[in-house]
Amino acid sequence: MKLKPQALLCPRPAGLYCPPGDFYIDPTRPVDRAVITHGHADHARAGHGVVAATPETLAIMAVRYGEDFAGRVEPLRYGETIERGGVDVTLVPAGHILGSAQAVLRWKGMTIVVSGDYKRRADPTCAPFEPIACDVFVTEATFGLPVFRHPPDSDEIAKLIKSLEQFPQRTHIVGAYALGKAQRIIRLLRQAGHDQVIYTHGAMARLDELYTGFGVDLGPLAPATVEKKAAFEGAVVIAPPSALEGTWVRRFADPVPCFASGWMRVKARARQRHVELPLIISDHADWDELTNTISEVRPEELWVTHGAEEALLRWSALNDIPAKALAIVGYEDEDDD
Amino acid sequence: MRAFAVLLDRLAFTPSRNAKLVLLADHLRSTLDPDRGWALAALTGALSFSAAKPAIIRSAAEARIDPQLFALSYDYVGDLAETVALAWPVRPGANREPDLSQVVDALLTASKHEVPKLLEGWLDAMDADGRWALLKLMTGALRVGVSARLAKQALADFGGVPVEQIEEVWHSQHPPYVDLFAWLEGRSERPSPNAPARFRPVMLAQAIDEATDFARYDAQDYAAEWKWDGVRVQAVNEGGRRALYSRTGDDIGKAFPDVLESLGFEGVIDGELLVMHGHTIGGFGDLQQRLNRKTPDAALMGKHPAGIRAYDLLMDGDEDLREQPFSARRGRLEKLVARAANPRLDLSPLVAFPDWEALAGIRADPPAGDPQLSEGLMLKRLDSPYVAGRPKGLWFKWKRDPHLVDAVLMYAQRGHGKRSGFYSDYTFGVWREDSNGDRVLVPVGKAYFGFTDEELKQLDKYVRDHTIDRFGPVRSIRADMQSGLVLEIAFEGLQRSTRHKSGVAMRFPRVNRIRWDKPSREADELATLEALLSALARPARGLSGNS
Ligand SMILES: [Zn+2]
Ligand SMILES: [Zn+2]
Repeated sequence: MKLKPQALLCPRPAGLYCPPGDFYIDPTRPVDRAVITHGHADHARAGHGVVAATPETLAIMAVRYGEDFAGRVEPLRYGETIERGGVDVTLVPAGHILGSAQAVLRWKGMTIVVSGDYKRRADPTCAPFEPIACDVFVTEATFGLPVFRHPPDSDEIAKLIKSLEQFPQRTHIVGAYALGKAQRIIRLLRQAGHDQVIYTHGAMARLDELYTGFGVDLGPLAPATVEKKAAFEGAVVIAPPSALEGTWVRRFADPVPCFASGWMRVKARARQRHVELPLIISDHADWDELTNTISEVRPEELWVTHGAEEALLRWSALNDIPAKALAIVGYEDEDDD
Repeated sequence: MRAFAVLLDRLAFTPSRNAKLVLLADHLRSTLDPDRGWALAALTGALSFSAAKPAIIRSAAEARIDPQLFALSYDYVGDLAETVALAWPVRPGANREPDLSQVVDALLTASKHEVPKLLEGWLDAMDADGRWALLKLMTGALRVGVSARLAKQALADFGGVPVEQIEEVWHSQHPPYVDLFAWLEGRSERPSPNAPARFRPVMLAQAIDEATDFARYDAQDYAAEWKWDGVRVQAVNEGGRRALYSRTGDDIGKAFPDVLESLGFEGVIDGELLVMHGHTIGGFGDLQQRLNRKTPDAALMGKHPAGIRAYDLLMDGDEDLREQPFSARRGRLEKLVARAANPRLDLSPLVAFPDWEALAGIRADPPAGDPQLSEGLMLKRLDSPYVAGRPKGLWFKWKRDPHLVDAVLMYAQRGHGKRSGFYSDYTFGVWREDSNGDRVLVPVGKAYFGFTDEELKQLDKYVRDHTIDRFGPVRSIRADMQSGLVLEIAFEGLQRSTRHKSGVAMRFPRVNRIRWDKPSREADELATLEALLSALARPARGLSGNS
């Protein structure tokens, strides 16, 4: 009789659990053994016993939570396999942020891929997603609606650069999530030829350093401190999105509030946040990337962890792919912060 | 189409007028004829396509997108055109993206049954921004905050000429405005403004500075009139063509057929559009009802008949009077109005006064009748020619002191541009009794100026310290009988409004003073505003003041 995938992986209150290997993937509360797909706070929490993750993800966790964020760490490079109770665990690139990985579980001839968060388009700050043929594909669905189709990054960065030319006196403050998105925006600006100093909010300085340490060239950066007021004219400042709503922005004269997020595709969302220049740049797969990926890995079964699962389930039904929503509680969406 | 789509997207999120002007002038510089002219026409609402209907858009989407996926998408986005633009599944091998002018040409000539095929081809050839621009263009719902006035200013900036020169030729030009661009780029002469019944740029007044101007100018050199609380218009009847223009040259004649009919003279009159019951005028609220309706029915015109109270004459027949002094023009105007003998056209009376002090007394206590509804006085130098724009020292407006009300701050919204990071838009309310007999606050208006930078900081701090709830960029502020900030609000007028819960709407409200000292429970009642409303809406009838 055919093995049920639930024997290898099943949702529990703390997250996705692997009974034969006795470990969780991206657990939302402290556990003994965890495999972590990437460093975003909702996936990578402090306080686990043993943590297996890519060296980049472990470094990110150390920066965010301090060196003692876990009892013990097991660095696992992309493509390396460790064995846990007969289950082979391999991490392969997810293309989401630096160090992000899909967890591939193989056991008794069955393969389950937990994609974590992922995207398919090229990102100069991380390794590209690798599709793995599997029996069960566990996907996110942050942008699981056909209205979310992210335009090419280069178009969005060109918008920003054009605006800098049109409004040379105004400071362009780009709201971008501090881990991953911020560094990607900086790198994309550099690729587009923007070589001026880019100012960054204090909250992201250590992550910028970490990226640089892993070989991502971010060019000249400086902290956006008050003393530098005159320098901000015509400059790009990168800050966590929440900073745009606080008193922090007062140090800039007549700023252009920009926000880099997949949600900016919908005008009402951009308007609600008082954004003047929405930049549709996301670290999550858009509708086409989600559906193309599922078609590509051709799973026997599709599980959806979090996001807009309703439309994705409908699409799966139309395409004869058995699918179900796990509705895992605790995963947030850093694109919206 | 791409450049137009990018412009539209950018304008949709740009609140500041200056930034909009930069974007528009940039577009005019970087786009070729005839696309830029069509863009301008589309933005100012000068284009309409009768064969393009929202139903066509919906059925195109239904034919291409799974109904359940479409419903989920529409439910999330909330706007049909935007949903279709975003969710449209492009078929590979699409045609080249069309230029804006190709789209406009095709839509202007297409029949109803040709549109669906055109639409489908275009949607396949464009990206999401392009599709959004196309669908909004087709349905005439651009709504990106570009008025004809702003477009004319952008043209002026683009060509480096005063905006009055644009206004003067605007009505002889038609989309896509190729001659206009040729002139503004120095490739040809200025186009002739001599279209029949064209608009002439208007002369505007400066606000008087009470501290210095009365000492500087001699009362004997000026005439005074009431400043009517209507809409400044230019009424034209030339060569058998009649037109009614707003002061920025927008043709508003369609909304006022009763006024057009009354233009039984040859010439160009400058005056105030008012609701006129005989020679007694109605309040601004009555006029607002007429302004809201693009084509009024007989019932509305019967209830709120409109007319013109004339105060200047630019053309008498085909004689241009603009170089002549005000006093001479006034004499000619009086004769013309008398000749016309039409109840919908009367004369704005001059107010006699021996000196500034006496005039101040008249302003403070206007005689019974229409003057009580005025916004104050206009002062016009007797020897002033009619000069377009706002020349110095010739015409002054001397407004009445505003109405004041003490209201309580209820909500605050984040500002933008120079006010980024500050809560700078304030919604305020006054007290009334609810059905349980409890005193509750009801919002009556919104103010976002009238305070200094220092006061803005204090208000912002108050907002942050007293927030009880947040919705997007808006904060709800604690405001009850025990706690709340009282703002003294100044405003110019009051009207009934069905759109506001309170039933009243203020004109030009601003923060006059922050009453840090005043307990919230002592702020004004809605009844106070209602009483003022009744007083304003029912002026003493039958008396004609000093006219
Ligand atoms: Zn993530
Ligand atoms: Zn996530």
